[in-house]
Amino acid sequence: MNTRKIISSLGKVLKVEAVLMCLALLVALYYRESSWTAFAIAIGIMLLVGTIADYKKPEDGDIREGEGFVIVSFAWILCSIFGALPFFISGQIPSYIDAYFETVSGFTTTGSSILKDVEALDRGMLLWRSLTHWIGGMGVLVFVLAVLPASEGRSIHIMRAESPGPIVGKIVPKIRTTAAILYAIYIALTLIMVVCLLIGGMPLFDSVANALATAGTGGFAIKNLSIEAYDSAYLEGVFTVFMLLFSINFNVYYLLINGRVARALKSEEMRWFLGIVFVSTFAITINNISAYGTFLHSFRYASFQVSSIISTTGFTTTNFETWPTFSKMILIMLMFFGACAGSTGGGMKTSRIIIMLKSITREIRRLLHPRTVAVIKLEGKPVDNNVIHGTSVYLTAYMAVFLISLLIISLEGFDMVTTSTSVITCLNNIGPGFGLIGPRGNFADFSQLSKLVLSANMLMGRLEIFPIIMIFNPSLWRKR
Amino acid sequence: MRIVVVGDGKVGHALVKELSREGHDVVIIDSRQSVVDETVNSLDVIGVVGNGASYSVQTEAGVERADLLIAATSSDELNILCCLVAKKIGASSTIARVRNPDYSRQLAFLRDELELSLVINPELAAANEIFRILRFPFALKVETFTGGRTELVELKVTGDSQLNDVSLYELEKRYRVKILICAVQRGDDVYIPRGDFILRAGDRIHITGTRPEISTFIKEVGIVSDKIRSTMIIGGGRVAYYLARMMAGSGMRVKIIEQDEKRCIELSESLEKTEIIHGDGSDHDTLADEGIDETDAVVALTGIDEENIIIALYANSKKVKKTIAKVSRSELFRLVENLNVDSIISPKEITADYILRYVRAMQNTTGSNVLTLYRIVEDKAEALEFRVDKRSECIGIPLKDLSLKPDLLVAGITRGNSHIIPRGHDTIEADDRVIIITKNLQLKDLDDILLRG
Repeated sequence: MNTRKIISSLGKVLKVEAVLMCLALLVALYYRESSWTAFAIAIGIMLLVGTIADYKKPEDGDIREGEGFVIVSFAWILCSIFGALPFFISGQIPSYIDAYFETVSGFTTTGSSILKDVEALDRGMLLWRSLTHWIGGMGVLVFVLAVLPASEGRSIHIMRAESPGPIVGKIVPKIRTTAAILYAIYIALTLIMVVCLLIGGMPLFDSVANALATAGTGGFAIKNLSIEAYDSAYLEGVFTVFMLLFSINFNVYYLLINGRVARALKSEEMRWFLGIVFVSTFAITINNISAYGTFLHSFRYASFQVSSIISTTGFTTTNFETWPTFSKMILIMLMFFGACAGSTGGGMKTSRIIIMLKSITREIRRLLHPRTVAVIKLEGKPVDNNVIHGTSVYLTAYMAVFLISLLIISLEGFDMVTTSTSVITCLNNIGPGFGLIGPRGNFADFSQLSKLVLSANMLMGRLEIFPIIMIFNPSLWRKR
Repeated sequence: MRIVVVGDGKVGHALVKELSREGHDVVIIDSRQSVVDETVNSLDVIGVVGNGASYSVQTEAGVERADLLIAATSSDELNILCCLVAKKIGASSTIARVRNPDYSRQLAFLRDELELSLVINPELAAANEIFRILRFPFALKVETFTGGRTELVELKVTGDSQLNDVSLYELEKRYRVKILICAVQRGDDVYIPRGDFILRAGDRIHITGTRPEISTFIKEVGIVSDKIRSTMIIGGGRVAYYLARMMAGSGMRVKIIEQDEKRCIELSESLEKTEIIHGDGSDHDTLADEGIDETDAVVALTGIDEENIIIALYANSKKVKKTIAKVSRSELFRLVENLNVDSIISPKEITADYILRYVRAMQNTTGSNVLTLYRIVEDKAEALEFRVDKRSECIGIPLKDLSLKPDLLVAGITRGNSHIIPRGHDTIEADDRVIIITKNLQLKDLDDILLRG
């Protein structure tokens, strides 16, 4: 284990986080909010710690698989620990555990909140909350790779550990260029969304904050009623479209930019994803038609909610708690499915579902015809058996984490629905659940222990479980 | 530049490693998933698994926008096909490794009709290199710059040599020769020496100069330079074939010892002047029978690195003047370095160097051109030859007034037909060819030698 290299990389991450926090500081200064001092103190602490950690340059620059995982896990934990400081220092979230939960929820693009009254927060704080979504969506370390030089060949292990999906590759030969291209697409889409929201008459601050939260598929709203507060069909449409856009594999956009439209549209994962969205929306629309009266009215709420849940954003425009059980079950299913690999969304990822469905078919065929040789293909390319194996192990680990967390949360003594959906929503980085934590609820009533467990769930969900579990594995720390 | 390399073997990997380090966008194609995975995990490149000659694989690798495709698989036919497909898809240049003499003899056809930019035959390149060493037996290594007029020679300072404990100032005063000592390797360190540098026994020095000047210098300092008249080659592979042909052409006596009888017959059919012996070259008796203690040079070219090293060591113990061993695995280089083998030859390294030189020259279509590039002292320093462009900032300024980067030396200027050993008052002029020795790798342009800022 190359400890020096790990510490220096973590130092870089903290310094970058400090720079990004300056944006929130500027907003606080602009609105003349007294909480700007909290940002200034937090930035100072991060710069100091970051500089000390990065002071001595590591001699041997090798990053292996192990270091990649450790750097990513600790980077996320540290970012959340330091990112929570402004909330705590300013006293706007008095409990540090609460502030930590809120920040983890931000970086992991979950969007679950412990705040009973969001609108009471200062604007600088609101922007920082949304900004954590934006940073966490594409990844802190991918950002570091994009802006800092000195990326070596082995940095791919960092990107692998941070980017979601069963297969992580580069889109161009240089890892730094890859990271820069991804961020360029990300920034461009975010800006377009801001403009679309402004056209709909949303105030500038709201547009920026909401666009940041949508881009990361996070879902921190700046109103207590989430997007329902704006009550505009146009704005809801913009959100629906952009939530879906941000949950499609960014490689598709790269292909589009390069004029390879045919290949981009052929993306198998995207087609499955949009298929699921279409079918779910249609089913919920029909199921709710009596409650909303007209088809269009029902479609407006169904499409927004489906897109919000499957993209793991978690904005709401209606209290779906009152929907029929069939519609609610569809939403819970979508929570598990999640977005496409290589996007900013969470969940299990469409490509994993495709691989698993295909291997089930293959297994059935193998039981009938034991000598069958069948290769599973994704995007027209054969999937390596290691990937298929990794996917099934991932799902098993996922279920194990789910059940253990469920057991701990059940100590709270809440009802079954609240207990189970709280874990589902955190592990899949969505935001709202059902029951106490439904569209109108929040996580304020959970105990400290539960908040820590749920925070861990969110990190596991975002980093796809293994990096976080791995740091508890003693063999990683032994000298080679 | 965007470069696609087909074939992740020894040469392919060495190329990918160097090219990605120099900042090119590299895509590697190989049919073996595990090899590609390993490369992608350790280097900043992307990989495509598949047959490099297939259209779909090449488009996936982005050949249509590539500046260069290098085909370095083990199969000649596949390499040529790769280049043909790439050229049709839109790659600007293509390089193929072609080792079968049946094809490589028709170089002109390959180059002009099939539009291959460069065809490299690793064995031929290795044979060339060995041949050059044998003509300069006192040298550990000999490299030639454009035109073959100026050479870069590596020598070892022995304890009884007149070079021992002499500073470069004195050396110049004492012998008044027109050569330049441009790099010294001492232990693991490399020095670009100044005038007050004192040579010690055990140093490996690099000298630039014209061939006659170097010969004079060698004689003056008392390094005996007996000509190699007879050579024994152990192992009758392709390198041996090319080498024997070249040596026979220049009138040296050559004896090849080869184990495989069929190969012996093939060789004797094509090499009329060469004596072919069927026997085991690693057998002490065979070597004694064939007169190893009377031959001037022994070149070990069997397929096994370790065997080559042992044969060379044995030959050295028999007071053979020059021993050369072929070592393919670069991992062994450092192990062999301190043994008593005069020269080590690696076809893989030679091929990779040759292609790299081409790539660098290609990259410099504007500004000064890199004409030649040699990696010296275990790749720790480079000798580069530039053609000076009219727009260069170095033109017309006396060398002593140029602020050069540290550890860098202007080691030679060729103007027309004359070679200048540069002194402080000399200047660089347009259309000169300038030789630079530097520890600062990755110089791309002559103006890069200047200290900026």
